Amino acid sequence: MALKDSIAWYHFAAPKNFYPLAGKMIPWFWGLTIVLLLVGLYLSFFVAPTDYKQGESYRIIFIHVPAAWMSMLIYLVMATYAIIGLAWKVRLADMMASALAPTGAMFTFLALWTGAFWGKPTWGTYWVWDARLTSELILLFLYIGFISLQSAIDDPRRAAKASSLLAIVGVINLPIIYFSVQWWNTLHQGASVSPTMAPKMATIMLTAMLIMTVAFWMYTIAIVLMRVRRIILERERQTTWVMELLGDETVGEKDGRK
Amino acid sequence: MSEFFAMGGHGFYIWVSYGVTALFMITEVIAVIRGKRTVEKRLARLARTLSRSE
Repeated sequence: MALKDSIAWYHFAAPKNFYPLAGKMIPWFWGLTIVLLLVGLYLSFFVAPTDYKQGESYRIIFIHVPAAWMSMLIYLVMATYAIIGLAWKVRLADMMASALAPTGAMFTFLALWTGAFWGKPTWGTYWVWDARLTSELILLFLYIGFISLQSAIDDPRRAAKASSLLAIVGVINLPIIYFSVQWWNTLHQGASVSPTMAPKMATIMLTAMLIMTVAFWMYTIAIVLMRVRRIILERERQTTWVMELLGDETVGEKDGRK
Repeated sequence: MSEFFAMGGHGFYIWVSYGVTALFMITEVIAVIRGKRTVEKRLARLARTLSRSE
């Protein structure tokens, strides 16, 4: 069993084998994304009641908290791939790290953006330099740094090495974001959901938030698989299998079979 | 209906949050699909030139 598993692992670590597997997985993750988004949005707007303290504006947390969680989770996964890429020279791991970065940056920006528009009616301000908000902004800069470092270095192997190092060093920021509300006296409230305490929110609100989180998660997998397929084609363009794959498509176009 | 969009006076904040989130996610999907097509076309052209020169 263990041997069989490790063979499958090696098999799909080859970009050539991962490319068609990713292609097969993408529609499933899109299907899950759409179903979960519909259910999550329905619960967020039509089932969850008005908050007695914050009024309707609290409904922003149904995208704010999932976006903030994804911004950290994606970074963690990206850094893990960076370690695998650096330590074991798995090219697919480097490609996955590159594919994750733009989506991670997007969710980080959205966490900040939705947070600002939740903060204005709730705190009376769009932005404060408190530890939670500042460390999340640093996360956005880490993603941007990772992406620009890759585009600044022409040789893909050196680019992967430099950006992986940055990603790994940047992991230090994750516990700072997560624990900032405990370590410092922040305007940002403490965790609404934590593994050690019973949630401080109504079950229906929690359910809506968790469903939206899984929806964003499925979205991330779908979009990252799509992006990594492009990266695979680009970096493997000199290989026979890519030439054959795209060569076949060209033949198909000529025959009008496309 | 208009009461729903007003969101008890917080409509602006809610729809700006949800709107920008939707806009970013949809734009990302379009950009990734377009990016892959561009790469495919470029590489297919390259494959054609190579097979012709052989």
